[in-house]
Amino acid sequence: MASLSVSIQAEDFDIGQEHQALRAQDERVGAVCSFLGTVRSQSDGQAVSAMALEHYPGMTEKAIIAMLSQAQDKFDIYAARVIHRIGDLMPGDQIVWVGVTSAHRGQSFQACEFLIDYLKTQAPFWKKEQTPSGARWVDARVSDDDALSRWGIQVPRQAI
Amino acid sequence: MKIHLRYFASVRELIGTGQASVQTQASHVGLLRLELMAISPQHAEALAPQKAVRAALNQVACTEDAPLSDGDEVAFFPPVTGG
Repeated sequence: MASLSVSIQAEDFDIGQEHQALRAQDERVGAVCSFLGTVRSQSDGQAVSAMALEHYPGMTEKAIIAMLSQAQDKFDIYAARVIHRIGDLMPGDQIVWVGVTSAHRGQSFQACEFLIDYLKTQAPFWKKEQTPSGARWVDARVSDDDALSRWGIQVPRQAI
Repeated sequence: MKIHLRYFASVRELIGTGQASVQTQASHVGLLRLELMAISPQHAEALAPQKAVRAALNQVACTEDAPLSDGDEVAFFPPVTGG
């Protein structure tokens, strides 16, 4: 069984500490892969001065644990962790971090990409950007659904 | 039966609240959505059929045919944009 964990938090996090913790006391590990997502200062041609992240407490944690379990089933990994921030963020701030360990690089590279693809389309977070023309909710991208379908997962079309 | 409602992001802003409860006989989530649209013009706009609205039943993503039971929590929200 891999060690799986998720943190939803307003506070910033230290990637170095997270990397260390993820592989601590596990000498089977030969590879650590991670993804960091940050707030851009431009979005769809407009300057972004701030961003607010809303989520669905309870469902968020369940959805991410479910995707971590799927990653454990699909890939030969030892540990996986997701951190996602909520609340008010500024350009340059860290938003999301996904870290995975495995014996060799292939499995952790793949599991890391699978997890962020999955998170982008299935975890209940919503971004609202502050721009010179006012605040706006970010639109979901079809390309994100396409990214997930690469993994053989049919994205449930829940429009009702 | 009583259903607990949660609204998020643009749906929450349009309706003006993030939480409510409703007495309904709706047998599934799609019918509940149609019933809620009758509450106010704001509900009608937020949950309009032409809008991409996602739903969750008891904090798990669901489709319109998901059956309802007394005490369920149903959430309506736009497509997610985290990460």
